[in-house]
Order: sequence, then structure tokens, then C-alpha cells
Amino acid sequence: MLHFVLRRLGYGLAILVGVNLFTFFLFFSVNTPDDMARLNIGGKRVTQAQIEKWKEERGYDKPLYYDEAKAGGEQFTHTILWERSVSLFALDFGRSDARQAINIGHEVKVRMGVSLQLALPLFILQVIVSVAFALLLVFFRHTRIDFWGVVLCVLMLSISSLFYIIVGQFLFARVLRLVPMNGFAPGLDAVKFLILPILLSLLSRLGGEARLYRAMFLEEMGKDYVRTARAKGLSEGQVLRRHVLRNALIPIITSAGSYLPYVFLGSLVFESFFGIPGLGAFVIEAITGQDFAIVRTMVFLGALLYIASNVLIDLAYTWVDPRVRLS
Amino acid sequence: MALAGCNNSPFPQGAERENTLYMAFTERSPRYLDPTSSYAAPESTYVYEISEPLYGYHNLKRPYTLIPRAAAEVAAPYYLDAQGRRLPDDAPDAQIAEAVYDIPIRPGLKWSPHPAFAKDAAGNYLFHHLKPGELGDKRSPFDFPQLGTREVVALDFVYALKRHANPRIETPLQAVFAEHVLGLTDYVAQMKRESAKQLAGLPETLADKPFLDLRQWPLAGAQAVNDHLLRIRLKGRYPQWRYWLATNFAAAVPWEVDAFYAQPGMAANSLGWNQWPVGSGPFMMTEYVQDRRHVMSRNPNYRVDTYPCEGSPGDAEAGLLADCGKRMPFVDKVVTINVKEKVPIKELFKQGYLDLPEMDRADWGVNLAVDRDDSDDVKRFYEERGFQLPMMVDITNWYLGFNWLDPVVGKGDTPPQQQRNRALRQAISIAIDWEEGYGRIFRDQGGDAAHGPIPPGVFGSKEGQPGEFNPVTHRLVDGKPVRRPIEDARQLMVDAGYPGGRDVKTGKPLVLNYDFQRVVTPELKAQNDWLVRQFAKLGIQLDIRATDFNQFQEKILKGKHQIFWWGWFADYPDAENFLFLLYGPNSKSLHEGENTSNYANPEFDNLYRKLQSLQDGPEKAEVMATMNTIARQDAPWAWGYWSYSGVAFQRWVHNGKPGVVVRDRARYLRIDAAERARSIAAWNRPVWWPLLALAAGALAIFIATRRAWRARETATALAPPGEGAR
Amino acid sequence: MKPVLLWTDLALWLLAAALLGYAWRVKANANLRANWQRVLRDPVAASAGVVMALFLLLTLVDSIHLRRALPTTEGAAVVYDTRTLSALDLLLARQIDMREVSYSLPLGAQGFNKESLTDAAGQVRRDYPRLQFGGAHLADPVSQWAGDVAARVGVGLAGGAAVVLLMIALAAAALAPQHDGWRGALSDLAADRTVYPLRAILVTLAVVALLAGPVIALMPHYHVFGTDRTGNDVLVQALKSVRTAFVIGALSTLATLPIALLLGVLAGYYKGWVDEAIQYVYTTLSSVPNVLLIAACVLMVQVFFDKNPDLFETAAERSDLKMLMLCLILGLTGWAGLCRLVRAETLKLRELDYVQAATAFGVSDLRIMARHIVPNVMHLVLITVVLSFSELILYEAVLTYVGVGVDPVMNSFGGMINLARAEMSRDPIVWWSFAAAFGFMVGLVLAANLFADGVRDAFDPKARYARPRLFRRKTVAADA
Repeated sequence: MLHFVLRRLGYGLAILVGVNLFTFFLFFSVNTPDDMARLNIGGKRVTQAQIEKWKEERGYDKPLYYDEAKAGGEQFTHTILWERSVSLFALDFGRSDARQAINIGHEVKVRMGVSLQLALPLFILQVIVSVAFALLLVFFRHTRIDFWGVVLCVLMLSISSLFYIIVGQFLFARVLRLVPMNGFAPGLDAVKFLILPILLSLLSRLGGEARLYRAMFLEEMGKDYVRTARAKGLSEGQVLRRHVLRNALIPIITSAGSYLPYVFLGSLVFESFFGIPGLGAFVIEAITGQDFAIVRTMVFLGALLYIASNVLIDLAYTWVDPRVRLS
Repeated sequence: MALAGCNNSPFPQGAERENTLYMAFTERSPRYLDPTSSYAAPESTYVYEISEPLYGYHNLKRPYTLIPRAAAEVAAPYYLDAQGRRLPDDAPDAQIAEAVYDIPIRPGLKWSPHPAFAKDAAGNYLFHHLKPGELGDKRSPFDFPQLGTREVVALDFVYALKRHANPRIETPLQAVFAEHVLGLTDYVAQMKRESAKQLAGLPETLADKPFLDLRQWPLAGAQAVNDHLLRIRLKGRYPQWRYWLATNFAAAVPWEVDAFYAQPGMAANSLGWNQWPVGSGPFMMTEYVQDRRHVMSRNPNYRVDTYPCEGSPGDAEAGLLADCGKRMPFVDKVVTINVKEKVPIKELFKQGYLDLPEMDRADWGVNLAVDRDDSDDVKRFYEERGFQLPMMVDITNWYLGFNWLDPVVGKGDTPPQQQRNRALRQAISIAIDWEEGYGRIFRDQGGDAAHGPIPPGVFGSKEGQPGEFNPVTHRLVDGKPVRRPIEDARQLMVDAGYPGGRDVKTGKPLVLNYDFQRVVTPELKAQNDWLVRQFAKLGIQLDIRATDFNQFQEKILKGKHQIFWWGWFADYPDAENFLFLLYGPNSKSLHEGENTSNYANPEFDNLYRKLQSLQDGPEKAEVMATMNTIARQDAPWAWGYWSYSGVAFQRWVHNGKPGVVVRDRARYLRIDAAERARSIAAWNRPVWWPLLALAAGALAIFIATRRAWRARETATALAPPGEGAR
Repeated sequence: MKPVLLWTDLALWLLAAALLGYAWRVKANANLRANWQRVLRDPVAASAGVVMALFLLLTLVDSIHLRRALPTTEGAAVVYDTRTLSALDLLLARQIDMREVSYSLPLGAQGFNKESLTDAAGQVRRDYPRLQFGGAHLADPVSQWAGDVAARVGVGLAGGAAVVLLMIALAAAALAPQHDGWRGALSDLAADRTVYPLRAILVTLAVVALLAGPVIALMPHYHVFGTDRTGNDVLVQALKSVRTAFVIGALSTLATLPIALLLGVLAGYYKGWVDEAIQYVYTTLSSVPNVLLIAACVLMVQVFFDKNPDLFETAAERSDLKMLMLCLILGLTGWAGLCRLVRAETLKLRELDYVQAATAFGVSDLRIMARHIVPNVMHLVLITVVLSFSELILYEAVLTYVGVGVDPVMNSFGGMINLARAEMSRDPIVWWSFAAAFGFMVGLVLAANLFADGVRDAFDPKARYARPRLFRRKTVAADA
């Protein structure tokens, strides 16, 4: 097991290096450091001298990949690529390019807490509600309830999440005045800001998830042991609870687990619409503000979380399914 | 109890009962709050309340009038010749070698409390030599155990002017100040050397660079004659200097705070000028949560400042003089929360949670007024709630510019070509119906159509006055200026060589490029659409080339643009601040100045140079009128419109008046907190019955499902036809 | 008239041709035919398919572009208008020209915002101005409007009903030989005793006709869905957005196919270091947040276009190519999911007996992959294609919100929704753009999803369990 974990982590490291290179290449083929400087200095009057100073202060006055002026190893280390990458792997995220006062590490910590407050309850609720709804549909299969349930699911997943948000905000915040339209406050006050996004996010994903889980359950239901259980005299509910649910857990874990990175990273759309200062909003601002320091940090974190969650899922497999051996 | 907390307020319980002003800010936290660096409009909300420049503008008097703030009075300059002899005030420019401003500083001004001033019993600064680890986790100056203060003296103003030469901070006004303040250009070069010397061997990316103590090196143009007399020397006559003294760039800066923030570890804890500025103004920054919330609290050390007792005609009737003589500021705290988008800000204002939508944006009043005028229901709603939406035409403009360097719409090489191009520009200027577009359609960006580059409400301007119009684009009908008919424009197109929008020689339709400086969002698309239609009236195809701002700047610097959209917010209320946008040597593509259309007319340029040194008077008005006529004929811009500036206040907010140049409004505003609490409670009663109905429905479904469940569990094993056939 | 072939037009027509080619192939191949028959026998899938076909027809009509010739003087060369119009634009020419000043309610005769009007006596008052086109034929809208609209709706319904009756007659005529003549055919249709679910299809077509009839009757004289900020008819915008949605859904999906298929099969077949390398590539790609990837690529394309403005003759070509690039980018960033599925399936297939036998016979790897592996993963590909079509249409709206969607010059549902957000906060609220976008988008995506479900049920052996069977039809012939 330890061997497995170590191997996976080593592989993960290779992925991180690849991701870093890729992001770097992608970002700098669109912008030159001069462009970034001009965008970030803004204001009415921008001179070349200011641009040079901006670049020097942030270490962008070096060549991107390869410095011909130096010799030997320095040709590679006296570049933006090397310096930025090394600090990243040392988990020193540095300061934002746009606003040097922002300490990225501190911001990430604070914002991750906020994102978690939204995403964790959502994740748990989502799984519970979707599984419960799917089980209900499976219990009533071949009846009207199942049919109309599936129709409802397909209808719900055909509606864009933007519609849910716009209509939901309009109804609950504006017309009924039950919750604030957007914003956030720390502590216990956060509840009234989070109820609506959690609810709407749940609704928008319920259709697709319930349908997926229903298919998984039905596949299990077709197996012989279920027929045996029924023949033994177990009620439908007991069959579902004791046998089907447990055995359908593997695919459920995979599909639910693929959402794990987003639990930490936050949902871009919902955080922006509801003004929740989490990591998702952070990413969007960084992209539009062409702030490379934040972008590379977020990509790095995203990749790290993705790899970590994949390892976790594989480990969870062994716990759930005794037949699976890690190789 | 849970239900009591369940309302739509974005603030904690009981917030509306406090003597606090609530506002919003969009996008991100202000970038620069350092008085030497802050130039952008959103920053002025804070900077002008925290630091106190030498002068300010009277918040009520129009046209805008300078009043002394940190200075004891508005000082008039006296002039010296090359030998240092005093010259009379009307001496010719050529003789004047120096203009000297002796500005008395108000006694008794104190800095807001800050740990940088804290001294121990022996008089040593407690926090100027922090040991590693002593800083710890403190993220705010108020986390320090002791705070101190001292009196503001003239040396602090000298230090502030010197700071414009500091190569380590953003100094957007360095070029302008260096052009006028004696010795500043040399000082800039000197500071570069000294800074480089100090930083030799240190990495350039170091976050906390050691303190560059500017007190060591004297600046010729700024001296402290004594503690309360500041002497500034300029290189020549420059009447607009008094306006620069009303900006934050002339506010005093204490060296202790500079030294304090230069210590290692400060940047990592976000302790710096741009988060925690220090000034002698009525407020101080007490809470700074990046991109989320800022709180300014009353400065306990603020001087005695009382509400004015005079204003413009109409102010007394409007109740703006009711607080005459009372001590300011009225509110204890100013809280701004981050609301990313405009839609929710409007909602929060209408619900009563925001006292004003945004301090620095002058278009909220316009936006709400448009809604009000459009629908009787909305009007009734607004009147019931008592929103105050005062509005006026202000000195900011938006226009469509032509690139003078372009062969088709620009100047032209040969005199006949110049005439043809001019006819084309004039035709387009007539065709674009600004009255329709920004008077009727896009009313929340609305304004009055402009008749020239000179804004209304400044000295010498006749803009907006009865009978004044631009003869190139308008004519008088019944005494009112009306846009000339489109046939005139079409005739001009024939003169220009493009009858019906097709080139007379080749027959090809004329296609012009509209170089738009932002990525087009669906909202902007509507405005671009409208503009395309205006050109289509003449048969011209307008091709929209939208890029992001970076690319646009590059295009402009290379001179590759053709038609562009631009605007200008006045730095100070003087026509010179707009006419310099048409001054030849200020060309953006050729000299990196602010003249984006690169317009250059020798006669105009000569008159401008003359204008720069004229005091307000009949000669200045005459020069302005001549320049106006020249510009109108040449039509380097389609003159666009003077934007409306309107602010929106709740009915419990008193003493608000719009004015784009008056940036320190918060101290004048008075809140009636009891009224606010009452109104908010009345306006925001949550509606519970749909939820209850939903709950009841859910209960019904639950019961039905349970019944069906039981039925199915105990159903017999007769399978429906077809089951199991698979 | 000069025909213009835009890149996306070319792609769409090639797609249509490919569909025809595939249909011909299905006819020849017994297995495929059986599966597709299963799809078409499901009433829900068949109805959804019909709706999709109608949308596809709309898209194709909108994909014929041309430039009009401008009137020229004698002897001069022919000069063409720089604006590019499509066949749909020509059909809707009247509605496009009916351009008001600003907002107006659906079926309204006056503007939504008050203006300062000067009446005949010279008095100025603020009132709602009459629209220039919408309801302009009414002398007195207050009294005449209801009657006029009702009359037109009646005419439209009658027209729609006539079309429906015609379709039923045609169906009956086609079935008559096998169902004992006309009467028998009609009664079998009504009782749903036909091989294919013609009753459901006819009901769907009837609903469409009865909705479209009144709209077509009202269109020349009213703005059926109101107008937007600059006075453009909202219905026209929604109809033109359908093409954008189709292009993005279809082309992006197709752009993922070649890479995903190729790399997935290679990875599953060769295993070893080829497999490791390909897994590394798609894991890296999946690790980068999708939005970031797309935003960066879109910006790259944008920069290239801005630096070379002379490559295109008209603005339409430029925005069209940008959309094509967006589709390619979506394809290049989204192939990881399908690749994983194909790889897993290939790993399984590889161990099957006949593949082992082929290896033993010395058949080359390439032939094995092409003849044995690829056809057997096609069902996965097909399912993924139809599923991701609808996902991408929904995703486009999100991308437009972030700012990296299609050029706003082109109509798209994402653009309409984003504008709708600000409009919904106005007082009084402007709801009709939002409603139109919602209605069309849900219609398109729902039809696509239902059709995709039908395809999946027919092609995926495991999905057979999942079908809710309430409307189980008594079939005339047994299923294969």
C-alpha cells in the first residue's frame, strides 16, 4: 500500500512539472511581460521607464526560457521559467503581480476557507440528496413515479445553471426578500449568504446526478444476488439498503470523487454570481487581470488537489471493494 | 431566533442603527492609497478623506471654488526675475524666472494615531527597529500595543513633494511636477543614483527595500521657512498650479511612517502605504480586508472643521445649509463592502442597505433617474422611498476621435485632400446623433451633446448657454440649437469625394475602422450597434475592430488607429485641462502625450501656449473662443457629449451634492440612523408564505410517497406484462 | 449576388453530408440498422429526433451565405456589399428591417420607455411612443389590438391545423398499402399500432405547427418576443442563435473525435510506455482548470487575429473564423474524457479471442486496430458525441459569462442570457429576452438530451436496464 502511494505521488510530481511547463507556455505565448506591465500599471500615463521598473521588481526582466547571455547551467537558471517554477515547488507562492501587497499564500488560505464553507456542505448534501432521489426512483421502477421522475431529471439537466441562478436570485432575494442577493460575512452570519447558492447548485446538478446514480443502481438490480435476496423474502427497501447501495458505491465514489478538487477550488460561476470571495472568484480575477503569479499558483494547486483526490479515490476503492487490489 | 436573522441584509444584525455610512465598491480593493501614487477615481473615495491636501474645493459653490484645507489660506504667487528681484503680477512671461508660493500651514493639525509615531519615555521611536519575529502576525497598525501622533509641519509637505522623485514607488505626477517645480528634475536623477547606491547588492525583487531618507537631500523648489510656512518655487508662471495643490499629490507625508513601512516583513503582512495610509484628514483606515471590506473611522486627532454656511443659489432651499457651523465629520465610520457587479448594488440601494451606491461613480444618480422617468410606478416607488437623485452636467466628456495621422479621416497630405478629409469629418460629426444616442437611448450613460472641447461651468466657457452652438453640426431653430439635417451631411460627403458612401473614383463603398479599446461585451455591443447605424446613414460601413486595452494602447502608440472612442475626466476645473488634449506637441503616437487624436494645428498650438499662462480674464475668454472656433472647423473629434453626473442618496442622508471635482464628500454627510433603521425594517419584510406553501407541498408529497412505498412493499408478486421478458 | 462560403458553413454542410453518408451505411449494415431502428421505435427519442431535425434544418438554412451586389454605374466593375447575409436573413428580411428605437413588450404597439413627445399642437409631454413597425397598422391600438392579435392567431392556428391535417393525410397515404386502406391506416395511426411511433411524431409535429402558425401570422406586423435594447427583434435573435449553438455543439464534439479515438486506441492496444505517455498527457491536461485553458487559447487566437487584420475581407469572416477556432479549442481541451473510455474499452477488446487470433495470423497492428477495435468502440463514441452536444451548448453560456465565448457580433444564447441578467434588475423588469433565450435553449437541449438517451439505450448494452417503461408500445413486429 505504501509502495502504491509513493509510486502515485512520484507520478503526481511528474504531472505537476508537466502542468507547470504547460501553463507557463500557454500564458506567455499570449502575453509578453511588457503587456502584463502595461495592463497592471494602468492609469492615465504609462511610460517605458515605468514598465521596466515593474518588470524588475517582479523578476520579469529576464528572458523567458533560455538566456543566451549567460554560460553553463546559468543559461537555464537565469530565466523566468526556472525561478518561478522552483519557488512554486517549494510552496513559496510569493506576491501577486498586480498588487504586490497581496501575499498569495495568505490569500489562498483565507479564500480556501470561504470556498470550503460553500462547497463542502454542498458536496455532502448533493451526494445524499442525489442518492436518495435515485434510490426512490429505483424503488418505484416500472411505475409512473419512475417515468415522470426521469423526465423531471432530464428536464432539470437541460436547463443551464445560469437560468437557475438568475431566476433563483430574482425570486428569493428580490421578490421574497428572504436572503441577501449576494455577498459574504465571516462566522455564523455566513449561513444566510450560503443558503441560496447551495440550494441552487444542488438543484442544477440534481437532474444529472440522480439519473446517473439511478442507472448504476439499476445495473446492480439486474444481478443474480438481488434476485436471491428477494427470493429469501427481504423487502424491496431492505434489498436496496443492504445490498444494492453498498455494491453500487464504487461507481458512485468515482463520480462523486471527481468533484473533490472543485470542493477546494470552488465553483467559478456560483462564486462570481453570488459574490462569495472564494478561490473560484480568485481564479477568474487572475485570468482577466493577467496576473501570472496567481494563475500559476491556482493551476498548481488545482493539479495538486486533482492528483491527491485521485489517490484518495483509489484508496477508497480498496476499502469499499475487497476484490480490488492496488497494483 | 433563526428567523430573525434570516433577512436580506448584507450586514450584521443592528448595523443600520449605528452612525455609519454604508457604501459599496466594485471590482477590487483600491490599488494605491499612498497620496503620492493614488490617481484613479475609486481610490479618491479613501485618499481624500484620510489625507488632507493644502487646498480643496468648496463642496457647495459652483463654479468650483478653491478653499484652504491644510493651508491656512489660498496663497497667491509672487514672481521673481532671474536676479531674484520681485516683479509685478502682470509682468510678461519672458521676464519671470520663478513663481513663488508662500503657503501658511494651519497650526494644530495632527496626524492620525499610528505606531510609527510612538515613542518611549526617552523619546526613542518604539517601532522603527523591529527585531525579526517582533512583527509576528500583525496585519494592521492597530494591532500594535502603542500608537502615537504629532503635529503636521511644513517639512512634511516638503517631504511629500520630494517623494515624487522616489524611484521605488508609483509616481504618476513626477513628469508634470518635474516640469514645473524648481530643481525637481535634478532631484529625480539624484534620487535614482542614491537609491541605486543604497540597493547595490540587494536583489531587485526584494519586497521591503530599506528606507530611503529623503530628508537628507534638499529640494530647491520646496522649503519649510518655518514650521508653519511652506515655500514652493516654480520655474515660471503656471496658474494651474493652485489646482494641483488641491489634489492628494500635495498632501503632507510623515517620514516616520515611511520609515516604519520600510522595515523587513511589512510587505508580507500587507502593512504599507497602499493599505494603511496615514493622514491628518477626518478619517483613518481602521479595517482593510483585501477585496472585501474597508472601514474608515473617525480620526480622533482631526482639527476643528465646520460645515460651510454659504453655497450656490438654491442650496438653502434644498436644505444643504441646515448644518451650518456644526463640527465635521458627522459620521463615526464609513464602511465600504465589495459588491462585484452593478445589478446587486442597485438592489441593495433600493432595499435601503446602502446609503449611497458608490462614492466615486457619478452615474448612479443618472441610472436611477432614468428608471424613475420611464415609468409612473417606478416614480411612485422612488418617491415613496424618498431617494434623492440630484443631477447636473459635469466636466467629463466622451467623444469619437479621428486619428489626424490617418490618410482617410486625418489631416491629409495636399490642400485639396485636406479639404476633402475635413468635409468627411464634418459630415460624420453631423450624422452621429448624440442627442438621440446618449440623450434618449443610452440614458444611463447619458449627457448633453457637446458643441466643442471646452466643458460647461469653467471660466470662459459658453457651452450650454442659450444661443451657443457649433455651426458645423447644428443650427438655430426657434432659438434652440438643433442638429443639421442629414442632407447637409450627405452633401458634405459629396464634397469629400464619397457620394452616397461610395468612393467617386472606384465605386467601392467606404469602410472605416472603429478601433474599440475593450473586448466587446453584450452591453457594449448595443452601443457599437447604434454607432454603426449612425455611419450607415451616410452609406459608410463601420468595421469594429475590438481588442483588449493592451493591444489598443499599442495600436495608438504606433499611430495605426483610425476612429476611436475616448473620454476625459477633468483633473481640475479649467478649460486648459481639456484643450491640452488637442495640443500638437502632446500627440500620443508621436510623443506619448495625451492627445490621442494626434491633432496638430499651428495656430491652435500657438494660442494654447498663450493660454497656459493667462489668468482668468477677458483675454483668456477671447483666446478660448478662438481656439474653440478653430477646433470646431477642423473637427478632429465628433464632439460627443458632456456626461451627466448624478449621485443617489437615501432620504436619511443629508448634505449630498454632485460634483466630479469635489472628492472629499464623506465628511459632509450626515446620517439619521433611526430613520434608516425604521425604513429598512419597513422595506424589507421577508415574504414567508411561499416557503410555507412549499413546505406544505413537500409534506404532502412526502406523505403520498410513503403511502406508495408501503403499498409497493406489500404488493403481490404479479409482474406487469413484459417485466422479466428481457 | 456572390455566394460566400464561411468556414463554419463548410463544416456544417460537410457534417450534413456525413450524416447522409452514415444513414446510407446504416441501411447496408444489419447490426447498425437494428440498433437505429430500436432508437426510432422509441416514441420519445423519435419525437426528440424530429425536433432536432427541425433545428438542424433551421441551422442549414442559416448556413447559406451571400453578399449582395451594390448598384453600380454603367461600365464600372461590380462591387459587393461588405455585409454578409444568410438565407435565413433573407427569409426574415422584413423582421430584421423592423428595427425600433429601444425596448418594447412582446406583441406591443408602443415603446417600453417614455420619451418626450411633441404632439401636433406643439406641446411636449412624456409618453410611450408608438412603435415604428410593431403594431403600426393599427389606427388605435388600445381598442383594436386584442381583436387584431386574436384574428391573426386564429389565422395562424388554422394554417397550422391545415398543415397538421396534411401531414396526417400523407402519413395515412403512405401506410395505406399495409394497413387495409385509408380507414385502417388512420385507425392504426390513432391507436399507435404502427411499426414506428408515427402517432407520437405526428403529435410533436402538430404541437410545433400550432405554435409556429400563430407566430408566423403575427411576425410581419408585431414583434412576437419584443425588442431588445437597440430595437432588434428578439425572435430573430433567438432564431439566429440556434445556428451558433449547433455549430459549437456539433463542431466541438467532432473536433474531439480524431484525437480521442486515435490516442485512446493506441494507448489501449500497445499498453507499455505508449500507454503511460498518453495517460500522462491527458492527466496533465485534465489537471489544468478548464476555464483557464480555454481562456488562454482564446486569447492566443485573438492576439493572432488582431495582429493580422488584413487576412479577412469582411467582419463576418473574421468572427466566423473566431468561432471555428473556439470550437477547435473546445475540442482540443475536451478529448480527455472520451480518450479514457476508448482506452478502457480497447483494453478489454484486446483480450478477446478473435483479436488474439488475428495477431496469431500475423495481421498487422494497424489493420487490427482499424478493422476490429475501432468499429467496436464506435458505440461509445456515438453515445459520447450525442451526450456532449447538449453539454457544450450549455457550456457556451458559461464561457460567454467569463468573457471567452463567441464574438458578441454573432447572436448566441450565452450573449442573450448575459444581457438578460442586467435587464432583469431593471425597474420595470425586462423579461422577454430572457424568456425567449430560455425557451429556445431548453427546447434544443431537452430534445438533444432525449435523443441522446434514446441512442444510448439502443447502443449501450448496460443501459437497457435503465429505461423507464411506461409508454411501452405494443409493437406489431417483435423487436430484433
